[in-house]
Amino acid sequence: MPIVVGKKHRWRIIAAHVGLIAFILLLMFPLLAIISISFRPGNFATGSLIPSEISLEHWKLALGFSYQGADGSLVEPPFPVLRWLWNSIKIAAASSFLIVAISTTAAYAFARLKFRYKSEILTSMMLLQMFPAVLALVAIFAIFETIGTFIPWLGVETHAGVILAYLGGVALHIWTIRGYFDTIPVEIEECAKVDGATHWQAFQYVLLPMAVPVLMVVFVIAFIGSIQEYPVASILLRQEANLTLAVGSKYYLYEQKYLWGDFAAAAVLSGLPITVVFLLAQRWIVSGLTAGGVKG
Amino acid sequence: MQRFALSAVLRWLAAAAAGFGSLYVVWLIYLSGQVVWAVLALGLVSLAFFVYASRIAFAYRYLFPGLAGMAVFVVFPLLYTAQIGFTNYSSTNLLTFERVTAYLLEQTQPDEGAAYSFSVHREGDEFRLRLAPKGEEEDDDDPEKKAAAEAHTYVTPALALIAPTPPEEIKAISLKDAHLALGEPLPLGEVIKRREVLSKLRIRLPDGALVTYAGVREFAPLASVYRLAGPDELIHVKSGKVYHANHDTGFYENAAGERLQPGFKVGIGFGNYARMLNDPEFRGPFAQIFLWTVTFAGLTVLFTLAVGCTLAVLLNWEALRFRTAYRTLLFLPYAVPGFISILVFKGLFNQNLGEINLALSTLFGLKPAWFADPFLAKVMILIVNTWLGYPYVMVLCTGLIKSIPGDLYEASAIAGAKPLTNFFKITAPLIVKPLMPLLIASFAFNFNNFVLITLLTGGRPDFLNTRVPAGTTDILVSYTYRIAFQDSGQNFALAAAISTVIFFLVAVLSMANLRMLKVNRQDGR
Repeated sequence: MPIVVGKKHRWRIIAAHVGLIAFILLLMFPLLAIISISFRPGNFATGSLIPSEISLEHWKLALGFSYQGADGSLVEPPFPVLRWLWNSIKIAAASSFLIVAISTTAAYAFARLKFRYKSEILTSMMLLQMFPAVLALVAIFAIFETIGTFIPWLGVETHAGVILAYLGGVALHIWTIRGYFDTIPVEIEECAKVDGATHWQAFQYVLLPMAVPVLMVVFVIAFIGSIQEYPVASILLRQEANLTLAVGSKYYLYEQKYLWGDFAAAAVLSGLPITVVFLLAQRWIVSGLTAGGVKG
Repeated sequence: MQRFALSAVLRWLAAAAAGFGSLYVVWLIYLSGQVVWAVLALGLVSLAFFVYASRIAFAYRYLFPGLAGMAVFVVFPLLYTAQIGFTNYSSTNLLTFERVTAYLLEQTQPDEGAAYSFSVHREGDEFRLRLAPKGEEEDDDDPEKKAAAEAHTYVTPALALIAPTPPEEIKAISLKDAHLALGEPLPLGEVIKRREVLSKLRIRLPDGALVTYAGVREFAPLASVYRLAGPDELIHVKSGKVYHANHDTGFYENAAGERLQPGFKVGIGFGNYARMLNDPEFRGPFAQIFLWTVTFAGLTVLFTLAVGCTLAVLLNWEALRFRTAYRTLLFLPYAVPGFISILVFKGLFNQNLGEINLALSTLFGLKPAWFADPFLAKVMILIVNTWLGYPYVMVLCTGLIKSIPGDLYEASAIAGAKPLTNFFKITAPLIVKPLMPLLIASFAFNFNNFVLITLLTGGRPDFLNTRVPAGTTDILVSYTYRIAFQDSGQNFALAAAISTVIFFLVAVLSMANLRMLKVNRQDGR
């Protein structure tokens, strides 16, 4: 902008930099603190924030190794963190893959096919998505208990059951993908149909390859959503070896058994990959977010 | 052509397999007596087949998986929850009427009146039990009496009495027929040592009665506690008390109002809702929790908006360098998984062990009780939630500010406007409208921000002297969760009723949201 700037302006810029840096330092405090705590010996807040001696005991436990304590006793890992991380990744990957598959086909119908009550169905889906699952937990638990009596591998305490439960939340993704489909000219598919392609072939070989970017966005958003999901997983999974990270992590911070240092290492270990994925996919996620939706 | 035929055959085979498989599951559900679930499952399965077989429902082939997922895991739970809200479903009234009646009729207890006193006699490495009718003194002097007594005294085969055997029946015969001379009975101490094994024994007497261990000195026949007198009537066999099934309260009750546990599930109409409104012990915390829920969601939106918007304005200021670096760093709180950052804060805020109090006490000598003081706990929740939530608003605002035409600012610069004037006269009015529906969505999300409250404070510190446990930092959903899944009581029905109330609140919010979105879109055209 070709605007004449005065001296005041330069002071404002410096003030903005100082303010931003101070604010960022304040923001980073919890994140830096947790990293420092994970290297500090012991499970109590002792000593300074910058550890005077670096200890890997918490990291050993988080990675599933035991170590020799100061008094010579063998300290066993309190919780199977890596197992939880694996559970989380497994559930999130499977459910996001299925969510992408389901919402892509549904979005295709909303974008390209004609049927009655189209806008009504879409609107009511968006409305229904506003109800958080935590309100219907009793019912969800009852459903899975019933399913479990007949199909044991889909019942309570199974990962397949949790994955199935996550498949209800597709409305937002349908909305996002449909918006993308709308930007692709319909003529391309019509050409394919003129050449003798069926509906499904036009969808599979023409539209789908062009929609890969948005499918990636939806996959990442769904993946992060499932990794973070707490309420449904907390009632469907109870056994320690079965838990996801989101459900299991809180066991570190019970009043009676406060494993602050062990938690720090586990938190950094499990939080880091997700954070990195999130930052790498930041641009895509932002575009998906602005399409409408709140972090879940 | 042949390949086409093969794939068609395969497709039919797969369809047939899926069809028979799902029908088999439906049949299993039906066989177990859960007719309603069977009908629902059958409906879903036949709908699926209709959609994929019929030409009419062509578009729904693409829609069906998504719609079915929503129907089963969103719509059905909502309806089912609303329905539970009209019942008394809870840990005391868990089963159906039929199951409770069957359960009560299965209850047995040793009939003390017809008890036998027993003694254990060693025979080599093994033992025999001798069961004598209670109250009949043994009289060895009179052979006639002795013979009569022996006819009613029973003896078991020799038993090892080492490990508890699975409860299989042991046949005893009368002492008269056994022609045995039993040794001295074991002292009481020895008997007590074998109590666990003895309590597992089930002994069938020659007259057909089954007796079990009923105390260190006696075995007694098992008798039903209740017997069915009419369709809704149970009689307590021993006392003769009559219990009627009360289908309003969901319990078997006698005239004096004594109830039998467990109760059964019945519809109680608007009972749970009446309780929310009328029960003063319940209404007090409920009103406070509702107020805090609204305050929490409102203040969160306000704070995240203030912080996020300010940062967005700064980041859109082209004179500022390193904006990309700033943006990435400022976005970081959003990138860390929520459950981890919430737990990190929980640890950092800990009164005695947390780093925040460590810093505060060295700097100012303060040690606030973040988790014990209701007000401070609320402050902490708002700090944490602002930290978690502002990047989202920042991202939204950045996008919106970018779309404001630059010449507006040029014009204002010519007019000599200050930055604050710019913001309130140009930026704010232009972004507030498209931002509104997103803010409402954010309000609705925080209104139900269960994860934050549960992981950070768990609703604590609790209100004192409330019958249903309630916390000062509980919001409606976490309160509902506690009623349903934690603490004593497990009152699913009450939780479901509160959930239904929240449904309506959320529905109103979403309608407002949708309307605003529509208005915006029309304006945009």
